[in-house]
Amino acid sequence: MMYTCPCCVSPNQERRQEWDFLDLKAEYTRMGIPNSLWKRSLVNQHYKVSDTYPAELFVPESTTPSVITGSSKFRSRGRFPTLSYYYKENRAAICRSSQPLSGFSARCVEDEQMLEAILRSNPHSDFMYVVDTRPKLNAMANRAAGKGYENEDNYSHIKFQFAAIENIHVMRNSQQKMLEVCELRSPSMSYFLEGLESSGWLKHIKAVLDAGIFIAKAVAEGVSVLVHCSDGWDRTAQVCSVACVLLDPYYRTIRGLMVLIEKDWVSFGHKFSHRCNHLNGDPKEVSPVIDQFLECVWQLMEQFPCAFEFNERFLITIHSHIYSCQYGNFIDNNQRGRAELLLCEKTHSLWHYLWTNRTDYTNLLYRPDHSHTQGLLRPSTAPCWFKFWRGLYNRFDRGMHPRQSVEDYLRAIQEETEQLEELLASHKQKISQLKEKQVWNCTPKSATLNKSPTAWVFGHDLGLANTPQDYMSSFLTISPCHLKTPRSSLTLSPQDLNKTYDSSHSNGSDQESGIADLSCRSPFRESTRDQDSDNAV
Amino acid sequence: MEFAELIKTPRVDGVVLHRPLMPPVEGTLCLTGHHLILSSRQDNTEELWLLHSNIDAIEKRFVGSVGRIIVKCKDLRVIQLDIPGMEECINIASSTEALSTLDSISLTYPFFYRPMFEVVHDGWNCFRPHDAFKDLESMTDEWRLSDVNKDFSVCPSYPPLVAVPKGIDDEALRMAATFRHGGRFPVLSYYHKNNGMVMMRAAQPLTGTNGRRCKEDEKLINATLRPGKRGYVIDTRAINVAQQAKAKGGGFESEANYPQWRRIHKAIERSGVLQESLIKLVEACNDQSHNMDRWLSKLEASNWLGHVKEILTAACLAAQCIDREGASVLVHGTEGTDSTLQITSLAQIILDPGCRTIRGFQGLLEREWLQAGHPFRQRCAQSAYSNGKPRQEAPVFLLFLDCVWQILRQFPCSFEFGEAFLVLLFEHSYASQFGTFLGNSAAERAKLSVSDKTVSLWSWVNRPQELERLANPLYESNGLVIWPSVAPQSLLLWEGVFLRWNRSSRCADEAHEEMLHIIEYNKELQNRVNLLRRQLAQLETQDPLLQTP
Repeated sequence: MMYTCPCCVSPNQERRQEWDFLDLKAEYTRMGIPNSLWKRSLVNQHYKVSDTYPAELFVPESTTPSVITGSSKFRSRGRFPTLSYYYKENRAAICRSSQPLSGFSARCVEDEQMLEAILRSNPHSDFMYVVDTRPKLNAMANRAAGKGYENEDNYSHIKFQFAAIENIHVMRNSQQKMLEVCELRSPSMSYFLEGLESSGWLKHIKAVLDAGIFIAKAVAEGVSVLVHCSDGWDRTAQVCSVACVLLDPYYRTIRGLMVLIEKDWVSFGHKFSHRCNHLNGDPKEVSPVIDQFLECVWQLMEQFPCAFEFNERFLITIHSHIYSCQYGNFIDNNQRGRAELLLCEKTHSLWHYLWTNRTDYTNLLYRPDHSHTQGLLRPSTAPCWFKFWRGLYNRFDRGMHPRQSVEDYLRAIQEETEQLEELLASHKQKISQLKEKQVWNCTPKSATLNKSPTAWVFGHDLGLANTPQDYMSSFLTISPCHLKTPRSSLTLSPQDLNKTYDSSHSNGSDQESGIADLSCRSPFRESTRDQDSDNAV
Repeated sequence: MEFAELIKTPRVDGVVLHRPLMPPVEGTLCLTGHHLILSSRQDNTEELWLLHSNIDAIEKRFVGSVGRIIVKCKDLRVIQLDIPGMEECINIASSTEALSTLDSISLTYPFFYRPMFEVVHDGWNCFRPHDAFKDLESMTDEWRLSDVNKDFSVCPSYPPLVAVPKGIDDEALRMAATFRHGGRFPVLSYYHKNNGMVMMRAAQPLTGTNGRRCKEDEKLINATLRPGKRGYVIDTRAINVAQQAKAKGGGFESEANYPQWRRIHKAIERSGVLQESLIKLVEACNDQSHNMDRWLSKLEASNWLGHVKEILTAACLAAQCIDREGASVLVHGTEGTDSTLQITSLAQIILDPGCRTIRGFQGLLEREWLQAGHPFRQRCAQSAYSNGKPRQEAPVFLLFLDCVWQILRQFPCSFEFGEAFLVLLFEHSYASQFGTFLGNSAAERAKLSVSDKTVSLWSWVNRPQELERLANPLYESNGLVIWPSVAPQSLLLWEGVFLRWNRSSRCADEAHEEMLHIIEYNKELQNRVNLLRRQLAQLETQDPLLQTP
């Protein structure tokens, strides 16, 4: 574990400040709680009620500690229903928990009271949804093990709903298959599409997004929702956070997305260490649950190019660091474990780093004031709108990406615009000074702007643009007589062209980008440890 | 023939128009000789003006006393008209059907259309072979413009003027024409000024089973080779297809008779398969079921993107042979009017920056598609919804546009035009008020006096306001060869055509506007800074103290 705390140069004080940058308390205040309906509960202060929950939680005003502990005993890993998001516009809430230990017939008065209290804390609605994000079959199978799902007859005024998102094992296999397909060297189109289909990956992404949309719509219509799966730290985290992104424009900002991940994933005990295989752990615990969340956000960005303050690079950077462990944010599986490791003293925080470099992650087309980028996003969910995320899954195959980036182009323009604004101001000043007949002995040379602002952008990439790819796979179909002709220097041989193809590919990994890119492309390979690890305490 | 005979009910009131993602509009439906019009007679709502020739298929159903007509258009839009009255509905449906399938070209709308705009640059005079040849002459003197086909007798699908090697006389051309399918003897398609290599196109040689040869044909194509150099023949058919063609009198250039040429076969599908592919793709895009597996398997089964990949790959290969291998290239398939033109035109877009400008792209379409005899009339008679047995229909041109769109996506700053221009060309190739895409060849257009009796699409496009709409704000002239990626991950479904009517384009439009805003603000600042700089310089020279050293 010590290897994962690489940079120990700066004093602890500085690190603490980094960690203070993101404060969940402030986030709940932003949502408008505590208020007359929801209160802060310290019942889990020492992680006694649920060791995988955060120390501070929000529960309905009317709940007593005994209701909480009673309910927690009736839920897997003690993860009782608690607030995830409060929609202050209409006072509806998204709550989360683990599955109830209902078996075939068990009941728990406190748990029923808990749900009743959640329902009552939303004065405008006379019912609430309980969304079990698992396929019905899986949930029923759990009943045999004394777990299961809520019986509508036992809980007053709930509407129960399954969301049919598959479990971590299905997702792991699906991603593995998908990665195998995108690692193929020049597959045919059919082979690629068949592989993509049979991996089932996009189907799963759609299932997560569909569930998020259901919840977001319910909340927007004023109905509170309780979400759970089995343990309430994988599918529940996905669905709650997707719903938040759809509902609240704040989570579509750079800071907002960081807060959201901190809230719904880090603090609520998504098992990053296990799921991302940070240490050599049980391979069956590994699963790309957070990848799917990031991909859902990316799919939404594709549909709403002006609705997000951040760009694709932001998501990919977060993804890399979730797996790289260069920062302390995703170490261990829950808040309790992280507190014991004193991560805020021994590691740096990714959020602080991302915020410091936020200009790199800004979407230049972001327009929060457009009508359709405000409030609830209503994405199309027809299958044809779900795309393969080349930017992440083939991110090191540079030859596959557009050779000119609209974003880089606009960024260059933007930077030039800023220079022009400065120049404009200084020219104006000089003119007015000159007009006052003041003597200027030196005229500072103004920046040369005759050069195209994009020259530097393209100067970099057109080398690649100037490299042909492998267009030659057809050489197998050349008639046999050609194979006998001696190779002259003038003839084109498949080897020669493969060489040009390979040389363009060797540019694939960026030699200069350093540590950030050491994280491997497949999350299943052991993540690379940092070279400076011997400095670690 | 009078259109009035075909219009049984010219007008129906109380018709309701349903379009996807838009509120229904109630209004009066009118049929004219060329249009189906629905007007709500309110100022604020948009009227529907639909060219009959844009209608691909019509279905009618009855719901109680209301007749329902589903109109499926060649631009892939589907609209629904609810018509009160059984008889009216039947009449409208049968009239539209008759009017949308007129046999005679001279009855089509372009012959009746009178432009509502002032024609500044007449598109019919913009792209003369002489002008293109002047450019060529400024680079090389190895070619000449031959009028051997001036009365279309040597090759009915070629234009009157073609560029051929200087050393080959018209008599040799006539002989070579008898050796090529449809008389399409090898002609110059593109001269690569970077290294003087050329691309030629033709139809298949008529070698037949007994290996016929033609000295003039051999001499003609060998005349394009530099001493000691070899060239490539890119045959757009798989080797077995090319072999089979021999039985029907066709064939390919044998090693023995063309020792200086190396043949490469690229399997590009023929028209029937492509039409089938389009039908399947559009069906998949309109599938309302929310099943991901079904969508992906239908997308795969249509193989549309597979065709895009094959065509692009072959074009890249041709470009690679010319630019990287420094070899001349001859491209042909069977007739030389479909896949051949896809390859030669795409290769030029890759190689020649001039083809990536609005004007240059029009010139490319004129040379490589219209003059080169792509049978637009046959290929674009029906689109994806047609129930009839496909005859000669095929989305050959649409596939070409799709490939251009893919390159545009990969090089978003290297094209002077944007996606809108490609979509416009797709629409007009299937149904248009302009005469540009009429007929199957230059000969047919000449016979119909298309250039005298109709307006050219280019006359419309090359007006400032239209050019502005079609321009790509990101364009920065890029003089380099651009090599697209043909990996499946890099090729996308063209939403702007295939999902155009099932999405709201609002988000994309606003993103585009935002982009424009950023760029325009920058330009405005540049102008203001330059103005101030000049002012400053003036003030400085007026300042006497500054002039003393």
